[in-house]
Amino acid sequence: MLALESILRLDATAIDYIIIATYFVFVLGIGYLAKSAVSNSLDFFLSGRSLPAWVTGLAFISANLGAIEIMGMSANGAQYGMPTVHYFWIGAVPAMLFLGVVMMPFYYGSKVRSVPEFMLRRFGKPAHLVNAISFAVAQVLIAGVNLFLLATIVNVLLGWPIWVSVIAAAAIVLSYITLGGLSAAIYNEVLQFFVIVAALLPLTLVGLHKVGGWEGLVDKVSASPGGAEQMSAWPGNALSGFSSDFLSVIGLVFGLGFVLSFGYWTTNFVEVQRAMASKNMSAARRTPIIGSYPKMFIPFIVIIPGIIAAVIVPELAQFKADGTGEVTYNDALLLLMRDLLPNGMLGLAITGLLASFMAGMAANLSSFNTVMTYDLIERYIVKERSDDFYLRTGRWITVAGTFIAIGTAAIASGYSNLMDYLQQLFSFFNAPLFATFILGMFWKRMTATAGWTGLVSGTATAILVFILSENGVIDLPGQGASFVGAGAAFVVDILVSVLVSLATAPKRESELVGLVYSLTPKEQRTEVAQAGDQGWYRRPVLLAGISLAMVIVLNIIFG
Amino acid sequence: MAEQQKKTGAFDIRVVIAALVGIYGLVLTILGIIADPDEVAKAAGININLWGGIAMLVFAALFVLWARLRPIVVPVEEQAAAEAAKTKE
Repeated sequence: MLALESILRLDATAIDYIIIATYFVFVLGIGYLAKSAVSNSLDFFLSGRSLPAWVTGLAFISANLGAIEIMGMSANGAQYGMPTVHYFWIGAVPAMLFLGVVMMPFYYGSKVRSVPEFMLRRFGKPAHLVNAISFAVAQVLIAGVNLFLLATIVNVLLGWPIWVSVIAAAAIVLSYITLGGLSAAIYNEVLQFFVIVAALLPLTLVGLHKVGGWEGLVDKVSASPGGAEQMSAWPGNALSGFSSDFLSVIGLVFGLGFVLSFGYWTTNFVEVQRAMASKNMSAARRTPIIGSYPKMFIPFIVIIPGIIAAVIVPELAQFKADGTGEVTYNDALLLLMRDLLPNGMLGLAITGLLASFMAGMAANLSSFNTVMTYDLIERYIVKERSDDFYLRTGRWITVAGTFIAIGTAAIASGYSNLMDYLQQLFSFFNAPLFATFILGMFWKRMTATAGWTGLVSGTATAILVFILSENGVIDLPGQGASFVGAGAAFVVDILVSVLVSLATAPKRESELVGLVYSLTPKEQRTEVAQAGDQGWYRRPVLLAGISLAMVIVLNIIFG
Repeated sequence: MAEQQKKTGAFDIRVVIAALVGIYGLVLTILGIIADPDEVAKAAGININLWGGIAMLVFAALFVLWARLRPIVVPVEEQAAAEAAKTKE
């Protein structure tokens, strides 16, 4: 299937392998150390709600910094150039700030243990089931995709057979999560964050030095097939697929920014779970806000290397010019590593990539086991057993999830297109979820029936747009189809929810305290002052304001 | 004093991060010192192992310093009172 001798093969030496092995010793060690902190199910699934904000904040972005993010964003950088930063500066950062400032008080304040559980309390069982099942299925499939990508990289870089890499990676992730639960996953995510930065920052600096600094890069990109517009972020027509500048900006701000990213970052339990593990309301709100600071600088070590690779790696420059050759944009980072890094730093760079792929898979599994145990098994299948029972169940669910992921990885190896489709499809699912959440949090009249009908019709719309765009009925290159799909799903969800709400009976107001904005007393929405939380730099809203200002400045500088 | 504000066990993630980055820094610095000029030429003339290694050692030292200056304390009810007493002493 994959060439045994690839032009991407890196000549790793003994020292590189030692660096990689050292990392895995640490990963397993953290799993072992975190084990002593697990004595009940809340410890296992939510780290006993005890972690400091900087830890959960870094885990928050690390959980998302998986294979798809790193390889995908550097590939986008190589193909589209600077407009790719919109995924971070219009997409992720504002959504993370919104989560911390507006939505977290409801998630953390209501003491729910998962995002689907919030659904249950706000809208009742039908909406809960739809959300919990679709989430669990999506996570275990995406874990398989992450696993497969990891195995492909190991295969290409080091020449290990795919199935050996799949099983080795699955065994490592499985052992630290079953031992230490979410704490092990989160602590490893923090470690992974630093390793990823230590791997990609030197690569970026060497690359920039090689092209002659920032000016050299601008000159080279302007002279390349991409042209000068690839060095400025706006209006980003190539990325959005709209030919009109105006529509492109609208598409980016509303499609990518508002609907897709807000949907992803504010309702995806993989992310929200990290914030729920923090020690108090203030720390929970600060989690995504603290995460937004490193997040806004990640483009510099992910997208910039992609852009550099497209102008200095001969094979990739050829591919960009006429679409021929053995490499594709997805190989951008690997090619740059191959050409620039000496042994030693090369081992660290490979470690960084492996770390990022495992982070993604571990995050999928640790949220999958929580939703399966708390939301599906405890709620519908085996009710009212001892906490110890659910702790053991959680560990076994993790094992089962890993085996399913290995199966998914096997399917992915045969039908790589199928997996691309699935992934794109899941990215649509968050848009209707976000619509339902935001309406449910701010409009007390919204009824339980509206909750699930809105969700189902919105999701159906997303699937319909997806099918139409795959069949060429809607023809938008770039990311335009996802923007349109997510936007349509959002609008349909809101419309259906409003209409159904007006025709059905609302829940009693007493049941909605802590879940709906207008019915929640201010004290319950804001953090109670606690020892260790004083100081202006620990105030969530102020931190969010500074972050927003910085992102606006970045948009102006690189606009 | 030591009883009320005792530090948590050996498991402070900052120390773990510092240990890993420190080991990497050490290995890379040594590799950088004994570097083959051809390898240096590959990274556009920068001895990236040496500089990267030194930067990582500095980073590790800063993390250890942070963990030393602000150790994790087990939340104790009288923590605020204990701190007040400490400043009086």
